[in-house]
Amino acid sequence: MSIRISNKPFFERVEKGIDDEFMRSAVSGAQDRLEGRKAESTAELGTWEDWRDHAEEIRQHTLENLDFYLQQFAENAAAQGGHVFFAETKEEANEYIQSVIRRKEAKKVVKAKSMVTEEIGMNEAIRELDCEVIESDLGEWILQLDDHDPPSHIVVPALHKNKEQIRETFHEKRGYGKSSDPQELGRFAREQLRKEFLSADVGITGCNFAVAESGSVSLVTNEGNARMVTALPKTQISVMGMERIVPTWEELDVLVSMLCRSAVGQKLTSYITGLTPSKAQDEHAPEEFHIVIVDNGRSKILGTKYQSALQCIRCAACINVCPVYRHVGGHSYGSIYPGPIGAVLTPLLEGYENNKELPFASSLCAACTDACPVKIPLHELLLEHRRDIVEHEKGGFTEKMAMQGFAYAATHPKMFQFGGKAASPIVDRFSEKESGPGPVKLWTQIRTLPSQKDDRFRDWFEERERRNNGGKNS
Amino acid sequence: MTVGKIHNQEAFLSNIAGQLGRERRTEGVQRPQWKKQPQQEVFAGASKEELQEILIRQCGTIHTSVDTTTTSDLPKTLNEALEKFGSSPAVYWEDERFHSFGLDPVLEALPESRAWSDEDREEMTAFAERAKIGVTFSDITLAESGTVVLFSAPGKGRAVSLLPEVHIALIPRSTLVPRMTQAAEEIHRMRKEEGRVPSCVNFISGPSNSADIEMRLLVGVHGPVSAHYIIIEDA
Repeated sequence: MSIRISNKPFFERVEKGIDDEFMRSAVSGAQDRLEGRKAESTAELGTWEDWRDHAEEIRQHTLENLDFYLQQFAENAAAQGGHVFFAETKEEANEYIQSVIRRKEAKKVVKAKSMVTEEIGMNEAIRELDCEVIESDLGEWILQLDDHDPPSHIVVPALHKNKEQIRETFHEKRGYGKSSDPQELGRFAREQLRKEFLSADVGITGCNFAVAESGSVSLVTNEGNARMVTALPKTQISVMGMERIVPTWEELDVLVSMLCRSAVGQKLTSYITGLTPSKAQDEHAPEEFHIVIVDNGRSKILGTKYQSALQCIRCAACINVCPVYRHVGGHSYGSIYPGPIGAVLTPLLEGYENNKELPFASSLCAACTDACPVKIPLHELLLEHRRDIVEHEKGGFTEKMAMQGFAYAATHPKMFQFGGKAASPIVDRFSEKESGPGPVKLWTQIRTLPSQKDDRFRDWFEERERRNNGGKNS
Repeated sequence: MTVGKIHNQEAFLSNIAGQLGRERRTEGVQRPQWKKQPQQEVFAGASKEELQEILIRQCGTIHTSVDTTTTSDLPKTLNEALEKFGSSPAVYWEDERFHSFGLDPVLEALPESRAWSDEDREEMTAFAERAKIGVTFSDITLAESGTVVLFSAPGKGRAVSLLPEVHIALIPRSTLVPRMTQAAEEIHRMRKEEGRVPSCVNFISGPSNSADIEMRLLVGVHGPVSAHYIIIEDA
């Protein structure tokens, strides 16, 4: 997989999402629960806005000095025996990872969930070497068994699957014979995964945050699979997006606290693990520790009006409050990064060509911006994208005409009044049908256009005033 | 100490500096005086007794059972906990505190138990995987989140708190602090003053859990199925 999870056109993906009733109820249920828990745990602090300000300041300072902190990190990691590879492109990252696997003659890699390894298509690169790659996050493992079904949520990747589907997958792929009770499914996964951890040659993880002052990487999980992956195999590789770095452990505290509360409403997740290459004093750390720092388009965002998108800590809080995500689900975005942050980030990393609908898949209600723990102005960045896309495309003819017509009408009161009345019979013809003309078509494919049969507001208001006055007089 | 290799650093970092529209920064960057630091205010000035109460309350949220005991009753309390969870095989750290708190006889009396040894990694890992119980000592304990912080060191194998079905963490009350902030400060200090941090720092809050199947809580999909804390009132 790469950042792109589907080659289908945007509206086809959306339609599929809207027709999937289980997915939609799972998504709205998850949104309500995750957002509810977040609201509770942030309210409890009483100083959430101060935390957000602090986190934003840390992220901005680090990005402004990113070259300095990455160098400090690399030197500290290497001084203690770690190997650091800076990869400008995904190809460079994969080649390096392949070279380690080849040298170790590894037959099995066990992985903890990582967005950046998805983004660079690492699993395919490893499979080319005739080496197995096992996802160990429960949700990711389910998706992998199910013929590599793509994830649909950053924090809950298999959200779109119900327990019967999961039972069926376990049955078909691993001969599972028990019920669809989640506890039983979980116990089966435990047995299966234990064997994989103990027999893997190489463990690969992402990196939630790297710590510059000590050359450490940190991993935030609830399941503990990242601990398994880093404690058992003899070779460890951590792959990190280049922006995921903090100056010292003190800033790590703040960002980890923000991540846990924003993602799942927990004070801390069950496990937070800080790993530092350190052969000199070690008990049973891996014998080799490699860290791959990935650019893959990120540096192009630096120094632009979109720079704040790199503040993202992948908590999914924006996704959990987004009304558009709620209706269309994660797969509709066609990217491993769904929701508002995905609509901002995907076009930046991958270009507009396949992603120009994404910034328009937003209500601009700004719920995402309010939810973001590191204060990325998400809805403003979506607007910037829209401007850039329109500028880039110079506007489609229909859209341009429609917008110009509206601008004229809106600035000429007589025209506006007439337009409102004249539009009713025309618009009503399409409001309950399958499709409308031009720009209305995309809307009516998905939603019912509001009927114009009722009075216009101005008429309604005048009528009400008239009646009220009449009432008073009588 | 072997020094690791760094590949492609200069080109990569020069590109970043160029994108930021300035020269490379290789030294002299200082963390600013942060405008706000709300993390310092959480439970500031709370006594050890108050922190203990906060910790116990949080244990209810993280599915972790908890006992409190005195230093003199500790061997008895640990013994009861071991029995409750099925006692054996058990694996525990080669940690000085097991001796100073007089716990060796309790663990050695079990039908099958072993202190972690760094000598034979494969064999110890296999034993830990088979073990019913793993026993560790908390190095720093975070009241807010119910977290034990474990620093790796010789004899303190990572697998002891990870592979057995039950993790029992012994928590001297003297190790209690308000939250992660104080642990982070301590690790920052170690780096500055001792020049190194432990190769593995584990923040552990209760048993392993997952919500990947229909958002329902599943405990112990990877790591321990149960977690149990014993708070020792040593301060």
